[in-house]
Amino acid sequence: MNRISKTTRSNSLTYAGVIAAFIILQIMTGTGSISSSLKGQLVPICAYVVMAISLNLTVGISGELSLGHAGFMSVGAFSGVVAAMSLQQAIPLAPLRLAVSMVVAGIFAGFAGVLVGIPVLRLKGDYLAIVTLAFGEIIKSIVNNLYVGVDGGGLHFAMLKNANSLGLEEGGKVIINGPMGISGITKISTFTAGFVLILFTLFIVFNLVKSRTGRAIMAIRDNRIAAESVGIGVTKYKLIAFVTSAVLAGMAGALFAMNYSTIVASKFDFNTSILILVFVVLGGLGNMWGSIIAATVLTILPEALRSFSDYRMLVYSIVLIIVMLATNNPLIKNFLGDIRNRLFKPKRNKKLEGGGTNE
Amino acid sequence: MKKFLSIALALVLIVGCFAACGTKTEPAATDTGADTGAATTTAAIKIGGTGPLTGGAAIYGNAAKNGAELAVEEINALGGLQFELKYEDDAHDAEKAVNAYNALKDWGMQVSLGSVTSKPCEATSAETFADRIFAITPSASSTSVTDGKDNMFQMCFADPNQGSASAQYIFDKKMGTKVAVIYKNDDVYSMGIYNTFEAKATELGLEIVSATTFTEDSQNDFSVQLTEAKNAGADLIFLPIYYTPASLILKQAKDMGYAPKFFGVDGMDGILSLENFDTSLAEGVMLLTPFNADSTDAKTASFVSKFQEKYGEIPNQFAADAYDCVYAIYQACNNAGVTADMSASDICAKMIEQFTTMSFDGLTGTGMTWDATGAVSKTPKGMVIKDGAYVGLD
Repeated sequence: MNRISKTTRSNSLTYAGVIAAFIILQIMTGTGSISSSLKGQLVPICAYVVMAISLNLTVGISGELSLGHAGFMSVGAFSGVVAAMSLQQAIPLAPLRLAVSMVVAGIFAGFAGVLVGIPVLRLKGDYLAIVTLAFGEIIKSIVNNLYVGVDGGGLHFAMLKNANSLGLEEGGKVIINGPMGISGITKISTFTAGFVLILFTLFIVFNLVKSRTGRAIMAIRDNRIAAESVGIGVTKYKLIAFVTSAVLAGMAGALFAMNYSTIVASKFDFNTSILILVFVVLGGLGNMWGSIIAATVLTILPEALRSFSDYRMLVYSIVLIIVMLATNNPLIKNFLGDIRNRLFKPKRNKKLEGGGTNE
Repeated sequence: MKKFLSIALALVLIVGCFAACGTKTEPAATDTGADTGAATTTAAIKIGGTGPLTGGAAIYGNAAKNGAELAVEEINALGGLQFELKYEDDAHDAEKAVNAYNALKDWGMQVSLGSVTSKPCEATSAETFADRIFAITPSASSTSVTDGKDNMFQMCFADPNQGSASAQYIFDKKMGTKVAVIYKNDDVYSMGIYNTFEAKATELGLEIVSATTFTEDSQNDFSVQLTEAKNAGADLIFLPIYYTPASLILKQAKDMGYAPKFFGVDGMDGILSLENFDTSLAEGVMLLTPFNADSTDAKTASFVSKFQEKYGEIPNQFAADAYDCVYAIYQACNNAGVTADMSASDICAKMIEQFTTMSFDGLTGTGMTWDATGAVSKTPKGMVIKDGAYVGLD
């Protein structure tokens, strides 16, 4: 009983924290007391937070190392933008168009997740890491050679040729132009949309983890043989976690892409996958709150360090190392644990310490 | 009590963090701004630009930054209208370019130099358009940079112009009958030129016998592409690529004993100053470029010597384009009577008016004009490499 109430409390604190941050930032934007630099980063931060939470589901909860998470982001980004651009006339209302394109992005990314997951999640060991790594590169290659256009007759596709081979009618528009990616995206992503997506992601992930399915997933992570012996279908549950994670990443991709006027496949490369993995590891495996903080801080940090000009990335990496060392330092760990005890378990502490007057 | 104290302490820390984030941009801006040499800022017009100062494309970004810096120093030394320049790193990435642009906006940028490379510039041009800040990019040559934006101008040729101009040039001078093309198909610049080259060549009846591609990951070996071109009997190879892979193509062609004519575009400029490159390999290579560092023209000679003195290298066309950008802005500001206390959107309106009507003489061309789309009109110069130097073709 106590354990469940503790997770519920920590979950509701996470929701509250996200909502509070949103309200504070909205007020700051309203009063104009926010720098353009930070304001411009709000949407990407939201996208990265969702990416980190969704990857945490695979890495932290399900215990599988995925090195191709940016691949799902890419699938979502490109399918989402294609959907948004072809629905420009059909749905004039921007927020609705964004929502629809995010759903499309989620479906495509989820489909990619199933494709990768079915063969690979049946294997043991590090195979998932290797295959997801390859998957990210494959997606990059495919999109680099993909041409998509839209005209009165619907969508046209071509591979490995060039945009002229699409055979578009007069007035048709090329959407994905191979290595040139997509140009001229209407910016419809907003901070509010990002905030809603974060809440949606938290809702999905928390409920999944709390459910019977979630317990089965964690049981497989902790002891596969024991889980199998009580009749849990390992592949099925792993696939549920993996595909959920892919769907959420796809939605984040759509949000991210529609914040910029242009997007290219090479943006979603191995480095981006690793960046997201760094968010997750730094925030703590299985710790959603940690992922949110880590994604936010590590996205803002390089910009906050602009004054170091050429030494910026050097300072950034030093900060990363210091954070890693500091969070693993027993002294600091005890100190943080102490604070957490005082904050989150006040009643029990009071009983034990007698009102907190003694040290 | 203790609990309250720790909460209060935590809050103070968090607020401290935020405060640090918020105010950091202001004093920091003046710090890095100072390295332009414009320390004595008596109401200078703030010019900002983003470019890849780090990472794989850093040579282009740094060249543009240095060229612009040199121009700003010269202008400030003249007295009169003063400029203050600040370049921010975008690492050749659209997301970081927008971040860099926003940092410049916090700094108080009034005129923008856009971004150095095409994709980041597409992203920042959408921002300058929305914020009504006038922008002229030295080198982002893709057409989608200027597409539909009235306040975005280019100093370099747009990619399509280069492609069709090259095809026209090859056809007019009857340089070859069977043309092979090797291009980089994950690069906007290369693809853009190839597409229009192909279209123009078909129109003119120039025969393309082989068109092969490579990517960022496969630019270490070109034997397959060269063999195909050789087997197809190509007597001219068109290389709409940058000089680093081009140098390898020249070397491998020589090793194969294959000696067609080579024809490049402005990305080929710089091949002679490439380290460890045997310049005899480039003998007879032709290229279309707006800038030639070996020109005897007084303006160019003075630019090259000053640049060499300051940065220790021969300027390439990125530096020359950026240098021209600053001077074009200077000319437009003087004509329109722009002063440093004007708002960015007021300056923007005046600059658009100036740029669409004025004619500008710079290092990369004389009598340059801009049309309403923002594309520049100047004549490309045909060059050929003879005895390790660029010589005019005509």
